[in-house]
Amino acid sequence: MADRARDGRRVVALCIGNPQRGDDGAGRAVARALRDSLGGVEIIEEEGETTRVLAQLEGADAAFIVDACVSGQPPGVIRRFDVGAGRLPQTAFGASTHGFGLAEALEVARALGALPPRCVVYAIEGAIFDIGASLSPAVATAVEIVASRLRADILCERSTPLPESVKS
Amino acid sequence: MKIRTIKVDQLARVEGEGALKVVARDGVVQSAELNIFEPPRFFEAFLRDRLYAEAPDITARICGICPVAYQMSAVHAMENALGVVVDGPLRELRRLIYCGEWIESHTLHVYMLHAPDFLGYEGAIEMARDHADIVRRGLDLKRAGNSIIALLGGREIHPINVRVGGFYRTPRKRELEPLAEELKRARDLALATVRWTAGFDFPDVVRDYEFVSLRGDGEYPFSNGRIASSRGLDIAAAEYDEHFEETQVEHSTALHAHIKARGPYLTGPLARYALNVAALSPLAREAAREAGLEAVCANPFRSIVVRAVEVLYACDEALRIIEDYEEPVRPAIDIEPCASTGYAATEAPRGMLYHRYRLNADGKIADARIVPPTSQNQPSIEEDLKTFATAWLDLPDEVLRRRCEQTIRNHDPCISCATHFLRLEIDRGG
Repeated sequence: MADRARDGRRVVALCIGNPQRGDDGAGRAVARALRDSLGGVEIIEEEGETTRVLAQLEGADAAFIVDACVSGQPPGVIRRFDVGAGRLPQTAFGASTHGFGLAEALEVARALGALPPRCVVYAIEGAIFDIGASLSPAVATAVEIVASRLRADILCERSTPLPESVKS
Repeated sequence: MKIRTIKVDQLARVEGEGALKVVARDGVVQSAELNIFEPPRFFEAFLRDRLYAEAPDITARICGICPVAYQMSAVHAMENALGVVVDGPLRELRRLIYCGEWIESHTLHVYMLHAPDFLGYEGAIEMARDHADIVRRGLDLKRAGNSIIALLGGREIHPINVRVGGFYRTPRKRELEPLAEELKRARDLALATVRWTAGFDFPDVVRDYEFVSLRGDGEYPFSNGRIASSRGLDIAAAEYDEHFEETQVEHSTALHAHIKARGPYLTGPLARYALNVAALSPLAREAAREAGLEAVCANPFRSIVVRAVEVLYACDEALRIIEDYEEPVRPAIDIEPCASTGYAATEAPRGMLYHRYRLNADGKIADARIVPPTSQNQPSIEEDLKTFATAWLDLPDEVLRRRCEQTIRNHDPCISCATHFLRLEIDRGG
């Protein structure tokens, strides 16, 4: 059963990554950090395949997405993107091996008119993506920080009155 | 001498990381190299000293797109080693989960990766802007495959319910009923997909492939049957190593497979179709005929139509299995480990996937060998490029680059699966 906010809004925290490949598991680690401390939000873990990301965003009123990225920044650097305001920088999400990354998934959602009205992406810069590796220390610290920021984001989202146009 | 080099440093819309280099001299393509530079993967080494029962879950991690294929090749090879035959409802459930993977993987490739080539778009994003309804249809169709895997595999990605000897848990008949409703809708979407792809504009080319796939005993093959070829090969999986070999090439971390003393061959939808067309369901066979496919399709650009026919078949077959399903008495057959060797080949969406395991008496894996479809198809992909690209050399670079990329995508290569590490021994003669 979907965990919805009290006003019926569907808020999702979509945490992407592969926990078997070092820092690529950052998003999944954020999911674990959030699970015991937050209600009124669907916490979803995915490996990042495009069509599954699209399916998870379907019908969401607000989506907060966390994924690892590679953009040349030092490991553990956190960046926040408001996808509603513009396209995600494509090169930042280089860790996907599925021919199609998060940036493309969100742009397909936008093209289909299926992008949630509020859509925010947290990108955590990774350094080690070896099979079987654990999170690097800087990324593990970033995971805690992103989890805290997400809690604040989601609490803020839930306390914002629903626009008249969205009420059913 | 006029030299023209086409380089694609980062292949888009394929699974994994690869690149391509085509070199032409005086208007003739001299070489075409598909470079795979994803780091070598050590799964065969990871498997050593692990218990036989762990192989399905470990190998499922090789690929997020086709984990069921890895699980199925692993369980069948283990069962072959341990003298177990899984049949009846458990065998049918295995066919059902494989249907799910074909629907998922083929639909992803047809709609998101391959169709943009035919419709003149850079990718699925641009295509979605102009053809939102078509992309939505693809997403809806793919979801039916996800639903099968979620129900039978325990979750949509890296399913965990498959085990050597059967399943950890088998579904009740009533659990399958909602799936049937979803699959009936999916079957309509699949039929529309065949008709849609059949209308694309295809280059008028053919290749003289040796097609290799399983040949089922009266059924379109997923996990059972002998390894057959269009030039008369007809062997059991246990004989694979006698007839096929893998070699290392400098430009790729994936090994290249050949038929010994013969050369490249092709696995995947074109091969399965050529060797098993009579075993398609009547609906899929009729859709193939209506789409203009003959009994053999040797135009690799038309593989998108064959893939769509296979999705239709998978929906049809899944519905048949659900309708006929009788709950098994037990979810799995008991297994006693022993020292032995087992072999299996199954049909991953993009081609045949061979596993071989040697087990110690305690059931631990002494040695593993995995030959994924992309390793097998890579020499044929390079031959396609060499054969076709000469005729395209007058095209502007950008158009030529796209044609070459499309030629690779015809075979839906999964580069992530294909990368291996080959141990090199140097004999210095002294």
